Amino acid sequence: MLTSNHFAALSAFIPAIVMQTYVAVMIIMVAGGTLFDTIHKKSATYFFNHWRNAKNKGTRQVGGGEMMSLAVQTAAVDVLTSGEFCNVQRRIAHLLTMYGFLAYVVTTVIMVFAYPTPATPAPAILPALWHIGALMVCAGGYWFWFFIRVDVAAEGNSPFRLVRADLFIVSLLVSVTLGLVWAYVQTTGSTIWANVFLGLYLLATTILFGSIPWSKFSHMFFKPAAALQSRVEQANGSRRNLPAPADAPKIYGSARRKPNHY
Amino acid sequence: MPTFVYMTSCDGCGHCVDICPSDIMHIDKTHRRAYNIEPNFCWECYSCVKACPQNAIDCRGYADFAPLGHSVRALREEDKGTISWKVKFRDGREKNFVSPIRTTQWGTIKGPAEYAEPSQEDFRKQELAHEPESLNIDGGLPTLKPKQLQKAVV
Repeated sequence: MLTSNHFAALSAFIPAIVMQTYVAVMIIMVAGGTLFDTIHKKSATYFFNHWRNAKNKGTRQVGGGEMMSLAVQTAAVDVLTSGEFCNVQRRIAHLLTMYGFLAYVVTTVIMVFAYPTPATPAPAILPALWHIGALMVCAGGYWFWFFIRVDVAAEGNSPFRLVRADLFIVSLLVSVTLGLVWAYVQTTGSTIWANVFLGLYLLATTILFGSIPWSKFSHMFFKPAAALQSRVEQANGSRRNLPAPADAPKIYGSARRKPNHY
Repeated sequence: MPTFVYMTSCDGCGHCVDICPSDIMHIDKTHRRAYNIEPNFCWECYSCVKACPQNAIDCRGYADFAPLGHSVRALREEDKGTISWKVKFRDGREKNFVSPIRTTQWGTIKGPAEYAEPSQEDFRKQELAHEPESLNIDGGLPTLKPKQLQKAVV
């Protein structure tokens, strides 16, 4: 099951061009939704205003080379390893979900466009990565959803209470879970159930990519920009108006320990 | 000055929700970010300001004595054991303070359960539990002498 290309098997019922068109439409919805989100919330305007203010308030100029170094640090720490999370569990869950989703999406696109029929068999690594990616999303996502999510962990709400902030994580988890269920049912040979779960999978996936203006899907685009801005503000001395780090503070107590109020 | 959250800096970790003694820091339902649901009920203890790992919480002064343009920012440094404060006034003046997170050694303050259980006789005393030892006043509590007491009686 893990090495079978489910999209090639699906081409017996749905022509490859239809699958490819659907994927292309989803990509357009991501681009369009993100653009709409940016314009509607004026987040780009806010970002550049904030950038300009921070530059004016800075005590020193950040040169091109230093800016490049900050960009590399942002990519290496904040983006690739989710460095902004102070909670280790949350960071691991986010890394599982992020890399799982990337593997799942990239392999989906490759298989649908390059290996859409049984006549063009996909290398075994692609469907294997598709399944592993989906399982990683489920592991990180359900862990976050039931245990780490602040609504549950800090607010004490039921994990089954749904609010608008849950739109992205719920649609992502439902989409990926239904994708795995559809893939499994397809291997059992039950055409009716496979079609039922295919329909549900497509519905959840359409909601995931079509709800971008209302969900936090586009955080994957603007969060890196915000992380870079934060590093630049540290470097140019404006520091988001925060005080400078304490120098030569008097240390009270030698056996310092981590805070345990959270 | 009650607190408020910069939602673009908040990452929704929930530390402020956990620590707020007034239980007024909550997570909003649209963006899953923290916000102060009722600034009027804020005790202004600044626990959330100090606990926020993203430095996303600031203080908003009341309009009558601290109109727009001021800011109060706190930086908590766990490794140094300090909290630095930067207060900017509307007229441009700036004041900076550095305070220790605590002024006693870890383990030097006993918890309530570590003290001996009070007896029935202790309940009839004027002092509160474990006083005067717990007040750390050399020579005991300052009290009026008998002559002073007589003068005080009208």
